[in-house]
Amino acid sequence: MSLLKIEGLDVAYGSSAVVHGVDLEVGRGRRVAVVGASGSGKSTTAAAAIGLLPGRGRITGGRVLLDGEDITPALQGKDERRVRRLRGRQIGLVPQDPMSNLNPSARIGRQVAETLTVHGLARGAAARSRAVELLEEAGIPDAARRAKQYPHEFSGGMRQRVLIAMALAAEPELLIADEPTSALDVTVQRQILDHLERLTAARGASLLLITHDLALAADRCDEVVVMSEGRVVETGQASRVLREPAHEYTQKLVAAVPGFGAARAEVAETREVLRVENLVKEYRVRGRRERMRAVDDVSFVVRAGTTTAVVGESGSGKTTTARMVLGLETPTSGRVVLDGGRRDMQPVFQDPFGSLDPTKTVERLIDEPLRVFSVGDGRSRRERVGELLDQVALSRSLAQRRPVELSGGQRQRVAIARALALNPKLVVCDEAVSALDVLVQRQVLQLLERLQVELGVSYLFITHDLAVARSIAHDVLVMRRGQVVEAGKISDVFDNPQHPYTRELLSAIPGRAA
Amino acid sequence: MSAPVVEADLGSSRGRVLRHLLHNKLGVAGGVALLLVAAAALLAPWIAPYSPTQVHFETPLQQPRTVGFPLGTDDLGRDILSRILYGTRASLQVGILAVALSIVVGAPLGLAAGYWRWLDGIVSRLTDLTLAFPFLILAVGLAAIRGASLSNAAIALGIAHVPQMIRVVRAETLRLKGAEYVLAARSLDASGVRILATHILPNAVPSIIVQATVIMPAVVIGEALLSFLGLGIQPPTPSLGIMLSDAQQYIFRAPYAALLPGLAIMVICLAFNLFGDALRDALDPGGHR
Repeated sequence: MSLLKIEGLDVAYGSSAVVHGVDLEVGRGRRVAVVGASGSGKSTTAAAAIGLLPGRGRITGGRVLLDGEDITPALQGKDERRVRRLRGRQIGLVPQDPMSNLNPSARIGRQVAETLTVHGLARGAAARSRAVELLEEAGIPDAARRAKQYPHEFSGGMRQRVLIAMALAAEPELLIADEPTSALDVTVQRQILDHLERLTAARGASLLLITHDLALAADRCDEVVVMSEGRVVETGQASRVLREPAHEYTQKLVAAVPGFGAARAEVAETREVLRVENLVKEYRVRGRRERMRAVDDVSFVVRAGTTTAVVGESGSGKTTTARMVLGLETPTSGRVVLDGGRRDMQPVFQDPFGSLDPTKTVERLIDEPLRVFSVGDGRSRRERVGELLDQVALSRSLAQRRPVELSGGQRQRVAIARALALNPKLVVCDEAVSALDVLVQRQVLQLLERLQVELGVSYLFITHDLAVARSIAHDVLVMRRGQVVEAGKISDVFDNPQHPYTRELLSAIPGRAA
Repeated sequence: MSAPVVEADLGSSRGRVLRHLLHNKLGVAGGVALLLVAAAALLAPWIAPYSPTQVHFETPLQQPRTVGFPLGTDDLGRDILSRILYGTRASLQVGILAVALSIVVGAPLGLAAGYWRWLDGIVSRLTDLTLAFPFLILAVGLAAIRGASLSNAAIALGIAHVPQMIRVVRAETLRLKGAEYVLAARSLDASGVRILATHILPNAVPSIIVQATVIMPAVVIGEALLSFLGLGIQPPTPSLGIMLSDAQQYIFRAPYAALLPGLAIMVICLAFNLFGDALRDALDPGGHR
């Protein structure tokens, strides 16, 4: 008999149904992944199974069986005590954001011990010593000392380990992990997932992994459930789904996973558009004597009509480099030489929700660069906006809409149109596709590639995602702690990495080992 | 846990704010009260039964519901209803003038202080200075130099509330300065003034409006206080503060003469507060859903 069985589950927020008839089964000791884009209902399904639907969400149909027992009425709020016994004791939850799920004003050890006390498993000194054990098992070195520290003294990866320790404290039979590593760097992600795998296997617990990353799901789980628009579209063996997806949506998803396709064709050596020489940025750190080098002696060139990717994890200095190139930060030393003036370089930023002024219409957003540089009159500007909308494959009828009325992918297209308005030579993309779902990400990358071919524009492409870098870039720089550890042609760096850090990064990409 | 994306909810932002407002019962009550108060103030000359200064020596201190005087009369036989209507008009006049002053002075200073670091210290010190300076002394000084009047009361009250406005606009500017669309504009080499005018100010307008609804009731009470002390509106022009001041001499004989203008002040303030709270929630629904 399976441990968790969900049959025909319907969930609605208020009057709008978001999950329709979902069937899902997690066997004992099995690892099952639920994969889907944002809005697919994957998190909602998991939240419903543990009685944690936010706001006006409620189960409107179907059943949830745990170990053969129908717990649907309890989840619908009819038996709060049963649900409390369920959470932690039978089902543990590892939440997505390690930053906001720990109390910043309480010591780590106390927060883990509290979990034990709440479930009546231990109290006082016994709970405290058990908490240290749990932290140690979760892979926190020097656990006895670190248990006395506060969350701000822990890195993101370490905090996620603490949350895993808490989720496993009461030895639940099932662990639900909702995007447990999407806020973390790839190398840390791999460590955490390895650990999660070992811990659940040692306890014989089952794992329900919620993720947007199909490759990661296939790497880590036995079975994959693919969701789209609140429905399950495909269920099956992880390796089979990835290799021969049956449903059309899964096929698109598999095809869109970056890095599986070929790298871009090499281009002939062209003239330099951007030259960065020995760029250094130092910051004063409060309470410290020495200054922190965020960017340490970085040099590179971007050639006309090509893409140079800057790859690195958080804190590598890649974004600071981009900002210095854009002139948003002043370098401590070094030079940025651009072929042309300020208008020849335009940015596209990460957040499709934050990169457009919400009070302006699409037309006003796109023609802002034209206005700033007083290019043309009202009529010619309107004509240019129309052309740009055509180029980024957006309907001209969107010109009078505002950003709230657009989807994430449409917004990013508007940001690209805006960047192209002055026919720049260089577009600086700072994590420009990182916040997008994989299918939309693929479309935007294809758009960028097509525009490069048509317009001959160059990209400086900042990303944490090596697979994305591989699919868009000709040249690549790998950065770590402010320094460039490796640079070269994309194919050389990917197929024959020289630096150990590059190799570590590459091997941490989910789906690459398979 | 990622929030559910409800596709249908892509309506215009204005429609969303309005829907949100209409869902808030207290906010609707505040809005209705606000409309009534505004109507009373605007239409006072047409709906008041008498001139507010017209004395009826033959009928002083009439109880409410007396024939001809729905809310009674004061010690000089002036109709209380008419005086309250005109008093409300004066209160709102002072309120609007003072709020306008606080916005006109405070918003540009707040924008500048938030955007240019070097100005921040100067503006913040000036703000602290204004806050440390007792408002009543300012009002007395102004009344002494320029004479007590409605406009001088409004100026004193406006200046007293400038620091609040500066702080709100400065905080909003600091927040918006980091927005990616501001970075995009900066990388175009757009001037600071241009960025403030086209990107930061329009996005700060909701906060400014909400802050205005907070300042408004404070100013209405402030005006009543100044007039009560004889530093604001001068008799015989009616003001809710003057009515309170006059009524206190015979408060035991005619309590309603003090109660009714007091009630009017309360209704005005409550209307602004309730509506302002609802507006804040509607403009920033993230914090409460």
